[in-house]
Order: sequence, then structure tokens, then C-alpha cells
Amino acid sequence: MTLHAALPPLPQDPRLGGIIKLAVLAVGGQGGGVLTSWIEDLARGNGYAAQATSVAGVAQRTGATIYYVEMCPVSPRPPVFALMPAAGDVDIMITSEMMEAGRSIIRGFVTPDRTTLITSTHRALAVSEKMMPGDGIASSAEVMAAAEIAARRLISADFDALAIAQGSVISASLFGALAASGALPFPVQAFEAAIMAGGKGAEASLRAFRAGFEAAQSPVGQSPVGQTAPIVPAAAIAARGPAHLMAQWQTLTARVLRLPAQVAAFARPGLQKVVDFQDLAYGAEYLTRVESVLARDTSPDHGLTAQAAKYIANAMAYDDVIRVADLKTRASRQSRIAAEMGVDSAKVMHVTEFFHPRAEEIIGMLPARLGAKLDASPVWTARIDRIFNKGRRLRSDGLTAYVLLYALSGLKSRRRRSFRHAQEQAHLTRWLDTALGYLPNHALATEVVKCRRLIKGYSDTHTRGLSKFDRVLAGVALVAKREDAADWTRRLREAALQDEAGRALDGALQTVASFS
Amino acid sequence: MAERSFKAEVEHLRLGDGGTFTGEGILALTKALLENGVGYVGGYQGAPISHLMDVLADAQDLLGELGVRYEANANEAAAAAMLAASVHYPIRGAVTFKGPVGVNVASDALANLASSGVTGGALVIVGEDYGEGSSIMQERSHAFAMKSQFWLLDPRPNLPSIVKAVGDSFALSEATNTPVMLMVRIRSCHVTGQFATRDNQRPKLSVKDALSAPRSDFNRVVLPPMSYVHEQDKIKNRWPAAQAFIKAHGLNEVFGPDAKVGIVVQGGMYNGTIRALQRLGLADIFGETQVPLYVLNVTYPLVPDEFLAFAAGKDHLLVIEEGQPEFIEQALGAILYRAEAHVKLHGKGAFPMAGEYTGTVMFQGIEAFLKTAAPGMLPAVVRAPNADKPQIPDLSKTVPIRPPGFCTGCPERPIFAAMKLVEQELGKHQIAADIGCHLFASLPPFEIGGATMGYGLGPAANGAFDGGGARRPIAIIGDGGFWHNGLSSSFTNMAFNKSDGVAIVVDNYYSAATGGQDNMSSRADNTTKSTKNPISKALKGVGIDWVRQIDHTYDVGKMRDTLREALTTNTPGPKVIVASSECMLNKQRREKPLRVAAIKAGRRVEAPRFGVDEDICTGDHACIRLSGCPSLSLKRLDDPLRDDPVASIDQSCVGCGNCGEVADAAILCPSFYRADVVHNPRAWEQRLSAFRLRIIGRLQARRAARRLSFEVAP
Repeated sequence: MTLHAALPPLPQDPRLGGIIKLAVLAVGGQGGGVLTSWIEDLARGNGYAAQATSVAGVAQRTGATIYYVEMCPVSPRPPVFALMPAAGDVDIMITSEMMEAGRSIIRGFVTPDRTTLITSTHRALAVSEKMMPGDGIASSAEVMAAAEIAARRLISADFDALAIAQGSVISASLFGALAASGALPFPVQAFEAAIMAGGKGAEASLRAFRAGFEAAQSPVGQSPVGQTAPIVPAAAIAARGPAHLMAQWQTLTARVLRLPAQVAAFARPGLQKVVDFQDLAYGAEYLTRVESVLARDTSPDHGLTAQAAKYIANAMAYDDVIRVADLKTRASRQSRIAAEMGVDSAKVMHVTEFFHPRAEEIIGMLPARLGAKLDASPVWTARIDRIFNKGRRLRSDGLTAYVLLYALSGLKSRRRRSFRHAQEQAHLTRWLDTALGYLPNHALATEVVKCRRLIKGYSDTHTRGLSKFDRVLAGVALVAKREDAADWTRRLREAALQDEAGRALDGALQTVASFS
Repeated sequence: MAERSFKAEVEHLRLGDGGTFTGEGILALTKALLENGVGYVGGYQGAPISHLMDVLADAQDLLGELGVRYEANANEAAAAAMLAASVHYPIRGAVTFKGPVGVNVASDALANLASSGVTGGALVIVGEDYGEGSSIMQERSHAFAMKSQFWLLDPRPNLPSIVKAVGDSFALSEATNTPVMLMVRIRSCHVTGQFATRDNQRPKLSVKDALSAPRSDFNRVVLPPMSYVHEQDKIKNRWPAAQAFIKAHGLNEVFGPDAKVGIVVQGGMYNGTIRALQRLGLADIFGETQVPLYVLNVTYPLVPDEFLAFAAGKDHLLVIEEGQPEFIEQALGAILYRAEAHVKLHGKGAFPMAGEYTGTVMFQGIEAFLKTAAPGMLPAVVRAPNADKPQIPDLSKTVPIRPPGFCTGCPERPIFAAMKLVEQELGKHQIAADIGCHLFASLPPFEIGGATMGYGLGPAANGAFDGGGARRPIAIIGDGGFWHNGLSSSFTNMAFNKSDGVAIVVDNYYSAATGGQDNMSSRADNTTKSTKNPISKALKGVGIDWVRQIDHTYDVGKMRDTLREALTTNTPGPKVIVASSECMLNKQRREKPLRVAAIKAGRRVEAPRFGVDEDICTGDHACIRLSGCPSLSLKRLDDPLRDDPVASIDQSCVGCGNCGEVADAAILCPSFYRADVVHNPRAWEQRLSAFRLRIIGRLQARRAARRLSFEVAP
């Protein structure tokens, strides 16, 4: 909580002191209307005259929408209320999402002299944030920092999660936070009465109300910004398995411990990922690759090797049919889904998987030489495509589909002889050789290593990723001799992550070509 | 069934003398109509008066008891034409639609009505959709009142004033034989408050009784030479009569003491004006102002002598008039000039010419005016502000815009996903859109459709391309638009001109964007309206033979294939795809309570929901670029090896199926799964499930014994 007590309140006609101005900025569908009517009923039920306004319209279809309430003690003459909030003239601002808090600050509705800002810290991502191929999520930390400055008092928590945990919606938990803030001159029982008068779903609303109330009162009630459900960090999970395998695993982890700490931070989860993908021998191979990079890494912080440890693991644990089948048949997945869907012993769950294999996936599983031959033959590729290229929906809770997937995951033992593996190995080697070829320019080599991030997705998306990767590397080759080559590499990579079609990358490549 | 039900609120419309009504502006308007003996009501929905239509629909029982006829008109033109009943019969009638677009559509009927003149009070309630929250082009309805000689009321935005304005409008209309427009702004429609009620009045003559004694008078018909007489009548008789009525009944109001400065303000801007004056220390909480105000509750016609009396003795006048052009300011300027007055007129300049007069604009505009005209009135802090405020970081580059979009599970999403896939195959096409939810497809992630020319005009907007070319033009129209105006203006236009184009009718069973009202092709049972009339039948009726009906839009593959066929077939003439699936918002509203009740009652219920395997998702977000569903979002993993957030589906998912269909049709990735939870399963189902789980468990144990696992123990 911040309290800008040092700031003098704005000079105002003392007769105006009685009007409390409250705005709610919500995303359509969050129940902003319900919250507003509770506030209105609360005021009217407690000797206040109140007026609420809202903008009904298309904004209610998932857009940002604003509600506004004014109130003052009832008097013989009716007061004149305004119909919309004005910048610098809002006492209580409630925002139901972190970026909406930011929007309210931009619009000037949150000012240090008077505004209590109550905001949920959770994010409902805007389409523009979600559709970027890279990470387009806006910074909640920036908004939080601004809120600390802009608000006279700031009350923040993940009110969405609190409400969901109580089987209710965010309007109820925010109403609880409003009660806890003490910004309205009504006792908490009056708030609860307003909810109860609403009737439908009042019990769940009251539970969420109390959760919101408590979270707003405790200063530790703030959840980390932008976090969703807590996730167990991958590295903290211990390995389990037969003794002889555990012994080999200890040998490998001992090798990780001998690496510099910065490298081990990535090599430990990297090793786990690779062993989980294939086997211990593959893990040993991974460590050998990392160690060979380290041998050539003369930078003091071992930054190159750390990044290599990260991306070599990703490259080695590529996404093939075997991996997907393996992940889809695990016990942990089963229990995770059951928990997410709220399945208990009284319920039954069916799970349908959506597969759409193409000839590439089938050929990829074949032995390397046969695969290469078929891949080179358009006739055979078309023939295989005709048989397999079709959407397949598999009921993985049923035995037929489960056994099929289980059998596919069992192909792991032959994976290293497969065509796909040969392709991936070749690509990996070429990428690492290219990167290390730029040594002793460590910065550039590191940036090239990081370009591996561009390769992701399946089918067309994967192909597009590969092509972007190739184009970026070609661009890098043009600027490799320049002093700022590493910086340009970073810019090219970021451009490639901007949009799907690679328009930003094309622009960046043109720039690069113009001065190289 | 409309999105919002007013069944409970409608009971308050029965309040009588001495009661107090508490609620929204639109309900107050309805109550006022009943108190003033309205004989028939109608209109066409659209923000901000959608709810007025919904209230009327929900109040049909009460309306019937009072002998009031209610029509849910096909469009605004039909609504305005209905006011013809007041031309010959002394029956009060009221219709409502949004402005200015509804007024545009209605303008033919409105102009004829104004020319004919009325006997019974004729009222058009216009919901002026201007400023924040508006979904249309920004214009003023004011010009229509001026050109057709309608009187225009713009009451102060509080319930008692709005209610009084309804009575004043009817009286003014009858006293001057002229139809009246009552303008309410976006927020006035939804402003809440209280007013003292009166008894509802039955119409003196009901429309039913009127049919027993039909009337006609050719003098009212808009034909020469009577139309020339109408034109003179408007100016020579009706106009002065209106000015006399406004003055005699004090429809405009003056507040505050005599001073050297004054403000002329539209009634609708009164509260904003008072708030700005309050903040400047020049008015109190009750609107007691130190700056005199002349409040125009009637913004057309103006009353020159009333205005000149207000202006007398003042040095500076400010006109507060939202929107452009500044009709009122120009007219007042002319009045002052003709009167050789020396008062200085301010308006646009202190205020911006265009755009909404928000609280901030009002404050700054009035402050700027007073700084010039009467600096002595301002408190010292305003004249010389001692600003020492902390710098608030600029977030404008951080906070993303949040335009409206398709709801969770919307059946229109898969249609546009299919279109995007077809465009990936066949290239970009000329696409015209219409009005309705489907227009959200013009925004990312779909970016489909480049123009909208109005409701029901989507296919007509492709008229220039009807002759064909390398790629067929595509037009999109909703079922709301189809019945509003689309059948006649768009589809007969296509058929008559032998268009080679493709049209997609996005049929979600309702006029969904305006709030889920029923229309001709709605599948719902509606006791008072004719529903279940298939769109495809109407198309066949106007001679369009290539019609493909799709009854499950979520089948993305079929949507894509049908669209491809329409774009490539050799069949001449218009190609129309009717893509039908129920609006998810309405479907959930209907089915969710039933589902909850069924589960509670122990009946077997399957509830589908989608999920994403986060280990399989690579964070490329290709699925989101074909969806944009609010429930399909991203989450960051606490994994140092991963850079990009992965897709994640939250508990708001309704299991519409789009994610799985798109993953399949676009060959995206195998991360999606659908989980169908069976509540209250049958005994054999439970046994089968237990058996399967046992076998699967054994297989999993077998594998676990041969390898290392890094999983959290199940």
C-alpha cells in the first residue's frame, strides 16, 4: 500500500466534499455491471443518494468498458451528479485487470492526491499480446510501478484467482476489497447485505467477497505480478527410477556440478529434458556437447556456454511423434487433466486428442536411409500423404488409442536411427558450428546460439520457423565483421518473432543488406 | 430471447400516483410513455436504446392490458413509417432507434411524416450514439431535425427531467402538428435514479378502435400541390407555434444569478457543465451556480426572444454544444447579429470542434472561457496553479488496446478461421463486411473485411465487383442485417445484377450484436412473433439457387471446403453460404442453468472443455492467430529452458470445439485435447472407466520400471 499523505488535497468547495466518485474499469464479461449495481444498492440502502452510469454497447463484447458511480448523503434537494469520470476527479478506481489499471492511470483517473486504486493483478491478455509468435505480453511490473506513484492508496491482489477458488467471479472479490479499503463510509455488513439482496449465487459471491476482503487487508495479500498458478520448477523435481539407472544419473549430475554455476543453471534442467526425451546415453552426449562449447568459451561469465546449454537441450529434445505419444500417455498427465477438470471418483472423463499426421511425420519415423529415399521421392511422399494425411481424433482414455500411442512412444529405442533424428542432428551440428565459427567474437556467437529460439511449432509453423532461422543466419553472415554484429543479430531475431509472416524480419534484413 | 431480461423491472412500470420509481433511464422512458397515454410503440434495437426495445418486449403483458400496440419493427424505416398512425388519428405514438444511423435508415419515412404533419403526438426517441462506447461513425442527428422540421428535445440527463420531456414532447407535437425527436445520449439511457410516478393512462383512442372508424384526408398526402402547402405550413404556422409553446411552458430553463457572463448549454450537457463549475468553485452540489445558465432542453427550434433576454446585459456568452458542425452556435450568432447585440460569443475554440465533451474537456473548456471572460470569478488556485505533482510514468506504450471481439466459444470464430485458411490457399480476396458481431473479424487476429457500408448492405457494398474477375468478391452479412435490410438491398441486388460474387450469411439465431433479440430466422419459440423462417428459403425466393446451408459452423474443415467451392465453382450467379450456429452467449445463458439443475438432479451430463498440453506446446501461438478466443490465452512456464509463453485454456472455456477443429484443419500441433467430464455416469460407464484405468495404469507402471522419470508423483 502506498499513501501519499504528504500531498495536499486539491482545493475544492467544501460543499462538494460529500460526493464520492467511483469508477470501475472492466473487461466485457467480467461482471462490472453486477459490481456497479451492488455499489449502488449499498449506497441507497445506507442513506445515500446514488447514480450509476455505464456504456452499454459493443465494448461489452470482451472490450474495455467503464462504469461510474457517484453518491452523497441524501438531502432534501437532489444533488447534480456527473455522468462520467473526469481526469483528476476520481476518489475510488476499481480495475478488474492489471492493464486496465494501466489504462485508468493513462486516462488520468488515478491521482496521488485522492485516488484509492483497487486492482486485480491478474492478466486477461489482449489479442495483440497473444498473437505475437514471440513473447508479446505487456509488462505488469511497469504498470505496478506507475500505480505505486499515481495512487494515493493502492490495494492489489489476484482477485480473479481468489474468486475462482470460491466458485464465483471477480466482481465479488473486488467488492470485498472495496469494503476492506474503508473508502466508502459503510460497514462491512452493509456490503454483505447488498450481495444477499441480489439473490442468485449469493453464497458463492459472499465467499469470494470475504476472500477479497481478507486479501485486501493483509499487506502480504499481493501475489507476484503476472503470475498464474504456481508451477513446480522443473529443476526441483528429483529423478525416480530403477537403481542402476539412478546410479548412472548420479554420474551425469556429478558432471553438471563440475560446470560453472551459470552454465549448470541451464545444464541441470537441460540434462533432465534430454534424458526424459531419450535416455541416459543421450544425456551424456548432451553434456559432452556442452563441455565442448565450454572448452572454447573464454568469456569470463561463460555466457556463451550457458546459452548453448539451454538451446542444445531444446534442439536435442525436438518435437516428434514419439515424444508427443510419450507425453500423452503419462500418468502425471492423466492426473493433471483430471485435477484441472475437477474430476473425482464420482465422475468419468473422456479425453480426445487431435492429431493430424502428414507424410513428413511418417517418413521421419523410418530408418534414416529409407526415410531419406522416400523424402526425396515426390511420388512416394504423395502416396504416404494420401494414406496418413487426415485429421485423427483419438480417445486416449480408451484402450485402442492408448495402446497405439503407448506403442508409438515405445519407438524411442529406434529413434536414434530414424530419418528425423538424422535431420535434427545435422541441423544442430550446422547451427553450433556456425555459432562457434564466429569466435572469438563471444557476443556474436552467443546471439547466434540464441537464434535457435526461432525454431518451434509443428508442420507449417515449424517450416516457417526454420526458414526464418535460415534467413536470420544469412543476415548475420552479412554483418559478422561489424563491431555491432551481435546487436544486429539480436535485432534480427527479435524482428523474426514480431509477426507470423516475417514482415518485420524482411524489413530488418533490407536494412542489414543496405549497409553491408 | 434478448440478452438481458427486464421481467422483474417491468413490474415497476405498474407504479401509480405517489410512487417512487428507482432504476435506469430507459425504464423511466417506458414508464413516461405509459403515463402519457401512448397508443402504440415500436422501434429497432441498437445501442444505446437496445434495452428500451427489450423493456418494451418484456412489458408486452402490461402494454396489452392498457390497449397499447407493440411492434418489433423490421428496421428503423419501418418503425418511423408506423408513426403514420398519428397523421390522421389523435393517437400518441412513440418509436425508438439509435442515432444517427437509425435516423439515416428512417429518414424517408421521417421526412414524409414531417411533411404530412400529425394529429396525435408522434415521438421518436433517438439514442444518440456519440463518444466513448459508440460503435458507429460519429455524426449528429441534429441535422435531420433541421432539414425535416422535427422539433428536437435534449433534456437534462436525470430521470425526472427525462420523464417530463416525454410529456412535453407529446404536448408540443400535438400543439404544433409536428413530430418530435427526443434525444438521449449513451449515458442518459443507462443512468440510474429516481422519480415520482403517476398512474398509467390508457390511450384516449386505441389503434384497435381507430380501425373501426378509418379516416383519410388528401390534404395530408405528400403530393403536389399539397406538399408545397406543407412546406409553407411548417414555416408559417408550426414553427411560430412551437416557439410560443416552448416559451409558454418554460421548456428551456435558466439557472443562476444575473452576471456579465453566461453559458448556453444543451440540456444533455447540463450535468457535465455543473460538474466543471463545481470543480472551479462556482457551483455547489445541488447545481446552485454563480454563472448563469440557459439550458436548452429544446435544441431545435431555438427561441430568439428568450435567448436575447438571457443575453441582455452580458458581455460574454459560451455555447456548449457537443459535436460538429456547431448548428446551435451558428444560429445563436445569427440571432445576436440580427439583434445588433454586442455580446461576445464563445463556443468552439474554447471547446474542441469535434469529439465527445468528457469531464476533462468540459472542465478545461469552461476554465478557458472564464479565464478570458471573467477571470475575477475564478479562485486563485485556478488562475495561478501551483503545480508540484509527482511525475507519473507514461504507460501509453505499455498498455495494449482492448477492442471488442468475439466472445468465448462464439460460432463466428470458426467461420473466419476457415476464411483465413482459404485465403492462405487462394490468396487475399476483396471482402466487404456488414454491421454486427462479425465485423470484429476485421480486427486482428483475423483481419478479414475492409469496409462496412451499413446494416444489411454488405453484399451491396460489393456491387461494383459483381461482374467478376480473377478472384470472386466476398461479402459477409449477419442474420440481423439480412432481415433488417439485407434481403432487399443486398440479395435482390446480387440476384438482379447476376452477381458472380460470394456472400456468407453469418446466422447466429439472433440479432446478437444489439443484445440477442429474436428475428425472422431465430430458432426460438416466440409467442408474439413469427420465427423459424429459414434464410435459405428467402434466398431461393429471390432466385438465388447456389445456396449452401451449414448447420454447424464449428466444423472448420467443412466451412473451408464449402467456401473454397463457392470461390471456385463454375456455376454462374450469386453463391451464398448460410453458416448457422447459435450465439454462444445466448446458448450458455439458456443451457447453463439447465445443466446445473440436471447435474444436481443426478442426471447424466457431459461437459466438454478444452486443454493444452504445455510440454507439447512450443509457444508459437499459431492457434491464437486463428482464434483470438478470450479463454485461449498464454502462460509463462517456470522453466529456464523456455523463452516464450505457451498456450493455455482457462476455466471459462465452453468446449465449443473450435480449438480442436482449427488444430486439425490448419494442421497446427497435437497439444490440444478435449476433456468431456461425465457427471452422474451410469454404473456400467464407471465400471468400464475403472477397467480402462487399471490396464492403462499397468502399462504406465511397466514403463516406469524401465526408465527414469522426472514427474511429480501422481
